Amino acid sequence: MDNQMLMGDEAIALGALHAGLSAAFAYPGTPSTEIMETLQEIASREGGFVAQWCSNEKTAFESALGASYAGRRTMVSMKHVGLNVAADPFINSALLKINGGLVVVVADDPGMHSSQDEQDSRWYADFARVPCLEPADSQEAYDMAREAFELSEKNACPVMLRIVTRLAHGRSAVVFGPRLPQNPVSKAGDRWGWNLMPSVARRLWKDLLAKYERIRGENDATSAIEPGSADLAVVTTGLALQYYRENEGDLATKPSHLHISRYPIPHGALRELASRSKRILVLEEGYPFVERYLRGILSTPIPISGKESGEVPATGELTPDNIRPALGLPARQGLAPSSLVPPGRPPQLCAGCPHGDSFSFLTEALEGHQVFAVNADIGCYTLGALPPYNAVETVVEMGASFGMARGASEAGLRPAVGVIGDSTFYHSGIPNLVDAVSHGTNVKFLILDNATTGMTGAQPTIMPSERLRAIALAVGVGSDHVHVVRAHRTEHEANVALLKRELDHMGVSVIIAFRECIEALKKARKA
Amino acid sequence: MKYDIILCGVGGQGGISVSVVIARAAMAEGLQVKQSEVHGMSQRGGEVLAHLRISDGTIASPTIPLGSASLVLAFEPLEALRYLPWLAAGGSVIAAAEPIRNIADYPDLGAIHAALKALPRSLLIDADRIAKEAGNARAANMVLVGAAARHLPLKAASLEAAIVELFSRKGEAVVAANMKAFEAGRGL
Repeated sequence: MDNQMLMGDEAIALGALHAGLSAAFAYPGTPSTEIMETLQEIASREGGFVAQWCSNEKTAFESALGASYAGRRTMVSMKHVGLNVAADPFINSALLKINGGLVVVVADDPGMHSSQDEQDSRWYADFARVPCLEPADSQEAYDMAREAFELSEKNACPVMLRIVTRLAHGRSAVVFGPRLPQNPVSKAGDRWGWNLMPSVARRLWKDLLAKYERIRGENDATSAIEPGSADLAVVTTGLALQYYRENEGDLATKPSHLHISRYPIPHGALRELASRSKRILVLEEGYPFVERYLRGILSTPIPISGKESGEVPATGELTPDNIRPALGLPARQGLAPSSLVPPGRPPQLCAGCPHGDSFSFLTEALEGHQVFAVNADIGCYTLGALPPYNAVETVVEMGASFGMARGASEAGLRPAVGVIGDSTFYHSGIPNLVDAVSHGTNVKFLILDNATTGMTGAQPTIMPSERLRAIALAVGVGSDHVHVVRAHRTEHEANVALLKRELDHMGVSVIIAFRECIEALKKARKA
Repeated sequence: MKYDIILCGVGGQGGISVSVVIARAAMAEGLQVKQSEVHGMSQRGGEVLAHLRISDGTIASPTIPLGSASLVLAFEPLEALRYLPWLAAGGSVIAAAEPIRNIADYPDLGAIHAALKALPRSLLIDADRIAKEAGNARAANMVLVGAAARHLPLKAASLEAAIVELFSRKGEAVVAANMKAFEAGRGL
């Protein structure tokens, strides 16, 4: 199995496996999903390690912490916004004396191909004082997944592997290294390295800061400046290296160049580069992280260009073309665009999707109300905001639907309907349901249960459908106000009538609209 | 040698399989390959785009620069028009003629076909019809690979081997149907 054409996600999964991975945990999220899918596919054939979907990124991270405590190599993977959910264990884990190697893979989505923001996880790594590796192709993704475990165990700290969409879903050749055996179970020896009560945490925080500077020094030692003209120095990070290389040949004089793939940022190397150069251009995927840092560490300021200064576009992905103006290169010419301008083709719900039928009955039940709120959530059903449904009013983050509908109702905007998918309900919906029940809020919760995590490619929902009703009852929703209906056009009139009745109920109602995802059924038939 | 291909279509048309076939054939011939695709939201009936880069030297960017593609291979005619600025001066467009009209403002099909035919090097193919005649309506994407074969810097035998490899786990009938679609495309 050597010299394979692998996606970055697959390369990371295999790199971790070959480094002796014992346990992997994740919640699906584009563009990180294929990491766990690759591991589960191998686990189902070979066994010998754990690869589990979890309720959310926080629970996944906490399981990984436990596996590290047990002395085994463990990985937790998520998309960038997943790290917001896992931020508490992530930031606090930095203080611990990590035992088995703990690698956190975070997949950022510049350009928002399938996300609600462009946040750059390198800020999180620096905020937490966690070392971070950033690969530039699938081979590096494989190698750095392996290196991350070594780094984690050597320094007794978690290590972040930061990737972006084009790396996660880009394929290039990978040559494998040897497969290492797993660590035996060996509980962390230093109990006070795993207890963050204040008196202990104060000491561990000091240790962490010292550790972080030591690793910065190591990154300085391994940074190599490619010498070139003093007129311009170029700093690249991650995938920006490839876009720079694509254009390098067109430059009349070769700039000096420093590529950064290991964080904390090597201060010494950057100062050295600046001392030899009249001007620095920073090319990085994500936010102007290195650029902003650079402005703070030079004793003699020189002009610095990048996203913050405006020479490089501040939004969206870098491309081999949009960095050319910053390099002083003319635009490349392709064929003229067609005079017939193709209209956009936005994503839409699949033909026959149960969510479409749910939005139809929801919309009709709300007819006649002058004001109302429909707060939805993250998933395929987000597309209910678009024509022909135009039903969804708000989409913010995982779980916001229930919380926002409850808050809107408490503030006097009624009827308020929270619309959530089954997987998102398990991820972040339950605490909001508890809040609503405990305060007796007049709010209607519509759970669109398609028995899958659809948008990310139909991963199984963590619990079977029957459990949803039991959970609503268990937290105290009145049994007269928990309903399971079939999300199908043949049930439309009955569903409208039922929802209308519940809109008149002054307390919490939960309506579970069930029908299996069309895509998941197709996938199951193919298998 | 470098050969950049824009593969475009609408979610669910099997564009990723085509990318895999061409990439494997190129790898088998000892060439470097980089491929970039986007998963997730855009796959739900939206426009789908993959970049495939083949070279005998190192490939840097995972995405194709403007004006650099040797070929735009489109599974849907409107989508072909979207990526013309990526096409190099001497590049070609090969597009399936049949539309996917899942948007309200889909332009006049005659005008789309005319715009494609007006390009210096273009080929419009009734890929669905040819695939059906070859015995598998779902193999339209392999008709397009066949039609692209003589443009690609690859041996037909390498592409055939990659098709066999990709479909072998689905059984001989599926392999045979895809191969027949590929051959039908080659004859165009």
